[in-house]
Amino acid sequence: MIYADNAATTKMSCTAIDAMLPYMNELYGNPSSLYGLGQRAKEALEEARERIAACIGASPKEITFTSGGSEADNQAIRSAALLGARKEKRHIISTAFEHHAILHTLKKLEGEGFEVELLPVGELGTITAQQVAEAIREDTALVTIMYANNEIGSVLPIPEIGAVCRGRDVLFHTDAVQAAGHLPIDVKAQNIDLLSLSAHKFHGPKGAGVLYARQGIPLSSIIEGGAQERGKRAGTENVPAIVGMAAALEEACAHMEENTTKVSALRDRLIAGLSQIPHSALNGDPVSRLPGNVNFCFEGIEGESLLLLLDDRGICASSGSACTSGSLDPSHVLLAIGRPHEAAHGSLRLSLCEENTEADVDAILKAVPEIVGYLRNMSPLWKDKVSGQKEFVL
Amino acid sequence: MALYSEKVMDHFRNPRNVGVIEDADGIGEVGNAVCGDIMKIYLKIEDGIVSNVKFETFGCGSAIASSSMATELIKGKPLSEVLKLTNQAVTEALGGLPAHKLHCSVLAEEAIRAAVKDYYDRQGIACDPKDFPDCNFCESCHG
Repeated sequence: MIYADNAATTKMSCTAIDAMLPYMNELYGNPSSLYGLGQRAKEALEEARERIAACIGASPKEITFTSGGSEADNQAIRSAALLGARKEKRHIISTAFEHHAILHTLKKLEGEGFEVELLPVGELGTITAQQVAEAIREDTALVTIMYANNEIGSVLPIPEIGAVCRGRDVLFHTDAVQAAGHLPIDVKAQNIDLLSLSAHKFHGPKGAGVLYARQGIPLSSIIEGGAQERGKRAGTENVPAIVGMAAALEEACAHMEENTTKVSALRDRLIAGLSQIPHSALNGDPVSRLPGNVNFCFEGIEGESLLLLLDDRGICASSGSACTSGSLDPSHVLLAIGRPHEAAHGSLRLSLCEENTEADVDAILKAVPEIVGYLRNMSPLWKDKVSGQKEFVL
Repeated sequence: MALYSEKVMDHFRNPRNVGVIEDADGIGEVGNAVCGDIMKIYLKIEDGIVSNVKFETFGCGSAIASSSMATELIKGKPLSEVLKLTNQAVTEALGGLPAHKLHCSVLAEEAIRAAVKDYYDRQGIACDPKDFPDCNFCESCHG
């Protein structure tokens, strides 16, 4: 099997699994319990907090554990919105191609009297700090802009955006789910006020995430109950997963440079190879790009068929087609960068990690052109384009 | 449970009757690129019977499987029976489809109906408008 869907989730690292096992076996205590078994779990929790904080340039008390990236995104936005509303600030700036954890939360806030401004992301799928600077108003409560896009891999100019927001005294949140463990993050140097990350995107376990909130920014809890996480996130902490997350993030950060070198070389070979397919187009910023992300549109075919046939050859990938999303519309990200619906239906995302090999790339470069050719050969849309009855869009 | 039944996957992986009939007696095309699926059916009619049928499809796994199954169901059948083909029959023959994929079987029914209509029109055969209702499964088709 060739796993090329690391943006969806990753295989857990042995380091993370080994770190977790004791907290599922003998050290199963509740960190809130007074006796030794509980306190051992509490110590593990606090050690994980310190280690994760160190990975992103934060201090431990700025780290709140959540169930994952979506919860962290929800809580960051809700908290900032509440702080803004207290000062009559109800304007929120974001981008058109955020993750749904952001967009759907913002949609709800619109219904609660907030004004949401989604910045256009252009053909390359990025924004400039200048765009943010121009959008900030007196009543702007929050700027929330992703660190890197999960579908098309564009890496956004976060330090520059952070500087603009800090200069204008506006809270800045970044959804760094695709970036953490893959790109260097320093919340202090990059002027980030709030940041979300998710363990299973960097070889950690599913069900664990972090919300970083700069000291002095009070979080509002979205889950009520006990006093865990200083009263900001009720519920018994998922100690094994949190310990695994810390181990995985440390490992990813320690090997970031070598992983980036290896993975981006594989990515560039894939991009060069797939670009040879006629009427195809790379999606996302070709330069400022996640090391493992490859995303293409292939004209005249539909993405789900492509994925199923890749699966038959043991290749795991994903697509932004409507048929894979369960809705009638294709990916909002591909539409945001101006791809027409029909091209967006024919998209393919391959996301690599350091465990992928040259042989994997060779196999993908053999499979994709063959399958695209096969599907085009049975596609009336493709034939209409070839015969000139319809125009090519790519 | 897997997304698709074994039958769907069989017809997706090994679609029957893919291709073009150059001297077709009737051709029907439905769907559009915006929605992400287009089906085109070619019919050869001899003595009121479907003597040959081919299809081309741009679409997802269930669209290709539905086209394949629908062509199998009408091959060798008289047109009177072809017009009785329903999307439910296609779905059942495929061992079911996920709810959000049912429109693929509707497209298959529509494409075949459109091809029969084209045949009747070419032959100057008056047909019963009841057999060719407008599809109102979704708003976006035929766009």
